[in-house]
Amino acid sequence: MLMLTCPNCGVTAEETEFEPGGEAHLTRAATDSTDEAFRDYLFQRKNPRGVHFERWRHAYGCGRWFHAARCTQTLEVFGTYTAQTSAPPDRIQAAIQARRPDWSLT
Amino acid sequence: MSEVTITRAPATGMITLRGDLSNVALQTAVTTLTGTGFPQQREILHEGERSVAWMAPDELLLLLPHAEAQATVAQLSQSLTDIPHLVAEVSDARSLFRLSGPGVREVLAKGAPIDLSPMAFQPRHIRRTRLGQVAAALWMVDADTFCLICFRSVTEYVDTFLATAAREGSLPNHF
Repeated sequence: MLMLTCPNCGVTAEETEFEPGGEAHLTRAATDSTDEAFRDYLFQRKNPRGVHFERWRHAYGCGRWFHAARCTQTLEVFGTYTAQTSAPPDRIQAAIQARRPDWSLT
Repeated sequence: MSEVTITRAPATGMITLRGDLSNVALQTAVTTLTGTGFPQQREILHEGERSVAWMAPDELLLLLPHAEAQATVAQLSQSLTDIPHLVAEVSDARSLFRLSGPGVREVLAKGAPIDLSPMAFQPRHIRRTRLGQVAAALWMVDADTFCLICFRSVTEYVDTFLATAAREGSLPNHF
């Protein structure tokens, strides 16, 4: 079972209380970008086996969005953090590196 | 006789207030109105027939006698004119249930995926979660009594769910 801690209301709850929002930290392709770049922005998603950054919403709780860093293989959660950021904060990266020494933010 | 009694509470006034909860003017407006303190994260405070609950980082729920709700909305809007906010009466949008009896924690634990043990859940706590398939918020009134609110449109579902969960002889006596 996947347990997440909502950073907005501090509740640690199981997966069914949340709604998944897909891959995190996407950058919107600019309006003057190529068709290929816009296609990739819309449809191409990472599907890693291992460390992954995701958006989640506390749908049955406070209703707020947040980010989560977790391992898709073991369901280990490295941490959750605010949605108002465009990259994982240092403490999250440190937490991942402590558990996955080979990992780096590419 | 079942160990837990489930009743629909009579019409209760409910007001949603959204805004910056760290704003002192907003805090004062709320506490003056309810006569309680200002709730911390996931806390509900009561004073007589009035309660104030923390629902989200920018949202409060006020409970009060039904007859006073409309006037209170006007009064709140008046005192909050200077700060961005939203005040809305939601009395008719939600249903309030009252559950009492020694097995009440077990009845709710059948449908809500949260820790309802006495160590984890106590009076003053409010928890928004789900019951079965629908959203609900619950809090304790005393050691054997819980209150639960859900959207009015799913009242019948919740009513049936609770009645089934509280069926005599079906409680595991875990807590």
